[in-house]
Parts: sequence; C-alpha cells; structure tokens
Amino acid sequence: MISLLKSMWQVFLHAFRKPVTIQYPEQVDYLPPRWRGRIILSRDPDGEERCVACYLCAAACPVDCISLQATEDSHGRRLPSFFRINFSRCIFCGYCEEACPTDAIQLTPDFEMCEYDRQNLVYEKEDLLISGPGKYHDYNFYRVAGVAIGGKGKGEARREKPPTDPLGLTP
Amino acid sequence: MSNAIISLITVFGVLVVALSVSAGLIWLERRLLALWQDRYGPNRVGPFGLLQVLADMIKILSKEDWVPPFADAAVFVIAPAVIIVPVLLTFAVITYAPGVAVADLNVGLLFFLAMSSLTVYGVVLAGWASDSKYSLLGSMRAAAQMLSYEVFMSLSLMGVVMLAGSFDLKNIVEAQKGLWYAVPQFSGMLIFLTAGIAETRRLPFDLPEAEGELVAGFHAEYSGMKFALFFVEEYLGITLISVLISVLFLGGWEGPLLPPLAWLAVKTLFFICFFILLRATFPRPRYDQLMSFGWKVMLPLALANLVVTGGILLAVR
Repeated sequence: MISLLKSMWQVFLHAFRKPVTIQYPEQVDYLPPRWRGRIILSRDPDGEERCVACYLCAAACPVDCISLQATEDSHGRRLPSFFRINFSRCIFCGYCEEACPTDAIQLTPDFEMCEYDRQNLVYEKEDLLISGPGKYHDYNFYRVAGVAIGGKGKGEARREKPPTDPLGLTP
Repeated sequence: MSNAIISLITVFGVLVVALSVSAGLIWLERRLLALWQDRYGPNRVGPFGLLQVLADMIKILSKEDWVPPFADAAVFVIAPAVIIVPVLLTFAVITYAPGVAVADLNVGLLFFLAMSSLTVYGVVLAGWASDSKYSLLGSMRAAAQMLSYEVFMSLSLMGVVMLAGSFDLKNIVEAQKGLWYAVPQFSGMLIFLTAGIAETRRLPFDLPEAEGELVAGFHAEYSGMKFALFFVEEYLGITLISVLISVLFLGGWEGPLLPPLAWLAVKTLFFICFFILLRATFPRPRYDQLMSFGWKVMLPLALANLVVTGGILLAVR
C-alpha cells in the first residue's frame, strides 16, 4: 500500500518536468547525415549523371519500387532513359544505395514529402536528379573505370596503366 | 410560476453542466495524463487545445451509426441509453448548494445506490446484445465486479449515515459544519473511493474494457454516437463519484470566503484529478486479484468500519 502511494507521488512529480516533446512543425529535430529519407540521383563532379543504368538498385529493391530503362549516349556513356521511383511503395531501406556501384543513388535526410494525390508520389528522373555530387564529392566513375567513352580512351583513367600489347615480345 | 421557472433553470443547468463537465474531462484527462508522462497532450485546436473536445464531437457525430448484422439490434440500440440514464438521474438528487437541487429527496443516498446498481444492466445488455466473445467477457467481468464492489460501497456509506442520522444529502452536508466526515470516517472514505473507481470502471479497475485483452470489452462493437454515450457515461461517473465524495466526506459546499458552488467545484475537481492520477500510475490487476481484493480485504474493512462507528456512536450517545 505504501509503495502504491509512493509511485503515485513519483508520477505526480513528473508534472514539474519539462516535456520531452518536440513541437514538430515549429521545432525541427536534428536528422543525422546518414538518415535514410528521400532518394536522389547525384551527378559526378563534372556535372554528368552518375547513374550507369546497371539495374542493380532495381534488383536490390525489396518492394520493387524502382524502374528504369538503360540507353547509351553519343559518347558511349550508359545512362537511364527514364528512372522512376514510386515513393508510395518505397520503404527507405537503403538497399539501392548499397547496391549502387557508382554512388549515383543516395538517400537524404529529408522525409517531408506528403502529397494529397497518391500519383504525385511517383518521382521521375528530373525530380530525382540533383545538381551536385551528394555525399561523395570527388568520385567520378568514368575517371576510375577502365571503360572507354568519348574523350577518354583505354588506359587513360586514373591509376590505370596503358593496355599492354599481347602480341608484343618485350617482357 | 416563478418556482416552476427556477426549477426548470435548475434542471437544465444541472444537465448542461454535468454533460459539459464530462465532455471537458476528456480534454482535462488527456492534458493531465500528458503532463504526468512528460508530454503536452492536445494543444493545437484552440487555446490550450480546448476546442479538441469540439473537434472530437464533430467527428464522432459524423461517424456512421452502425449496428453489426449479428447483434440483437433493439437491445444494442437501447443499451447506451440504459447505461447513461441512471447516472444522469443521480445528479438530480445531489444538493449542490443550499437550495440548488433538482429533487431534494430524503432518501437521496439510497437513490444513488439504487441507480448505481442499475448501470450494471446497461453494461450487461451492451455486452450481451453485441453477440461477440470479447463484449460478453467484458460484460461478465463488469457484472461481477460492479455487483461485488457495490456491496461494500453501500456499507462504507452507512458510517456517514449513522453520524448524520439521515439519508438526505442536504442534511449530511449540514451535519458536517463542525468537522468534515473525512476525519471520523477516513477509512469509510477510502473504501468508498475504491468502490467508486470500480463502479465507474476506471483504471486500475477497468477490467471490463481491458483493451490489452478484450479489445474494448463490453463496448467493443459500438461506434459513432452510441460509443460516445458509453464514453460520456464513464466521465459522468467520475464526476458523480467525485461530487459524492465531496458531499459525503468533505463537507460539500461548506468552506470560507468562496461561494458554496465554487467550494463544491474545487473539491470535485481535486478528486477528478486524483482519479486521473490513479490512471496515470497504476497497472491493471488480474481479475482474480480484483475479486479477492474486493471480497477479502475491502468487505471486511467496510464491515469493521460499520461496527466500530456504530459501537462508538452507541457508547457516546
């Protein structure tokens, strides 16, 4: 019986504590940089699209909310002709970001994407693309990969040696 | 003519005040629970969130008035009325201030006890007519709980009746001019408080609607305005028990400086807040614990209180 009264007193004392509530629309909580929120497509430092349309994100997505179509531009760069994320299905697991070999797809600390119309939650490529490189400032896939594109031949990538001639006789 | 007008004003005044207080309690309870849980509670609609009640009311009025196809429709519709009418009737016999009473019955206390027994019917009918296992279990619990706690509820009040020598609530208040009955009848007050919590089916005695196990107990199948009636009845019950404790044990409207009605309001509000603090603190006991607590602890205590009070009164007079 004494313990009951004690616990009532303890609960009553909480009346003099400051509420822990964050009054959301007026006060905004700190979101860590690795927060998994709205998905974006980043560009490399040269301003070109990073996405090479490898379909790995679409394959990794557990709810199949990503759809895209690969194409190739005149320089031989692969890029998606359309890239569509249905955010009404997305569960913000971040598997697409982990799967992405070129760091193109990234999750951002933004979750305020309510819509009155469900159809508006389907984001197209122009909605997803941002102008900057996102979390990885210096990374440029085509500058480190061996694949040849217009303006960059074989062996011209960073830390890459020129291709050896298999028919040459020098050691 | 003027008498008729005055009594009409009293009737509607008591009705309006009782109903609006119980509606306001929804806001008060949510704010107080939030205060004790380090939150804010509803604070968006209107000043301090006061208009939340209005918003809730508009919402619940616009809900579909639905009777489940498997329910016994007639009883299902009548049950909310059966439960709320006795509580409202009890407000009629309480004397709020000298001359402010709808009906000045000389058996007011007995009338209250009779009416509080009748609310069991509403609960049982609601659970039975719903034709669902959770509702039935809830109403079975409610019936057993309310019947067994009513036994010592009336016994705990007999000490007050012996001291005042009257069943009339007005005379009981006037007999407390010198000393509130909270002092000589302290155990009686505690027993009545416990029984009152059980009668209104409030936490920690809310087993009839234990949401963790019975969904919502006896009113699980109800929605819309019919559910609102159960909801309002619960808060009316809290108000009623608080008013009665103030009247029976804390001298009702007696008090210095403030007008009589204000004193009664202050005392009532104190007990209402106490009820909410109980809810904020205690977990729900097991059903067998509830029953054995009622029959093995509270009933002997109430009987002992009755015998000791009677013995002392006999010796003194």
